[in-house]
Amino acid sequence: MTTNEERQAPEIQVFRVYIEAPIEKVFAAITSSEYSTKYGYGGEIVSDLTPGSDYTNLTTAQMREMGMGDVAVTGTVLEIDPPTRLVLTWIAAWHQEPTTLTWELEDYDGTLTGVTLTHDCTGAPHTAMDVEGGGRADMGGGGWPWILASLKTLLETGKPMVGSGS
Amino acid sequence: MDDDLVFKALADPTRRLLLDALFAQGGRTLGELEAVVTARTEMTRFGVSKHLRLLEQAGLVVTKKQGREKLHYLNPVPIRLVHNRWIDKFTEHHAVALADLKRQLEEKP
Repeated sequence: MTTNEERQAPEIQVFRVYIEAPIEKVFAAITSSEYSTKYGYGGEIVSDLTPGSDYTNLTTAQMREMGMGDVAVTGTVLEIDPPTRLVLTWIAAWHQEPTTLTWELEDYDGTLTGVTLTHDCTGAPHTAMDVEGGGRADMGGGGWPWILASLKTLLETGKPMVGSGS
Repeated sequence: MDDDLVFKALADPTRRLLLDALFAQGGRTLGELEAVVTARTEMTRFGVSKHLRLLEQAGLVVTKKQGREKLHYLNPVPIRLVHNRWIDKFTEHHAVALADLKRQLEEKP
């Protein structure tokens, strides 16, 4: 077996999950604090959600206790077309590497939504390593696979996945 | 997503080789992946394509069009979902302990 230490995470990462929920609800879940505090790493979203507007993902109380400050992620909305598409720049406060995030949602019969998330981490190797999710989920290393799994759980069961949310 | 498809996809050594190749480097064409497989075993491009299609059906591989090329990416989300479904906190503790033991043994000269 090779060790992961010398390996670089892919610059362009693609994640896909199918969620049994209407597309509008999934779009709301990736753009509003009402949902964002109940899955993934939690934290409120602050944004006007118009092209050119700022996008901010605030830290949770737990993150602030760890000394992370008030902001976890900053960025700018590049494209938004509800409920199918959102493109934004995405800069993790702890790395300060600019990256681009593209959410593409596809409706199947009004009951199932395909979510494709493309994270372009070109020139951002530390971010690429973190978001890939190769670490232990219970230690915060779950990355996008863990976030998307918790999004699926929340929308399909109405309850946050164990260990996720603010 | 169907767990059966994920387990079936993972049950074949060529498909695991393809996933390892995409884990090492994403965004590869069919031709590049064919070269990875044929370096290990004899297989036609049609055979490799069939394996990739099964991986795609299981959700483990996602393809994106770039110009005239179709690029293949590893999608780790189904593995996360299977993990959540089948490995509870109790077994996870043992799995981590075993993984640590394996690493320690392998690191010994």
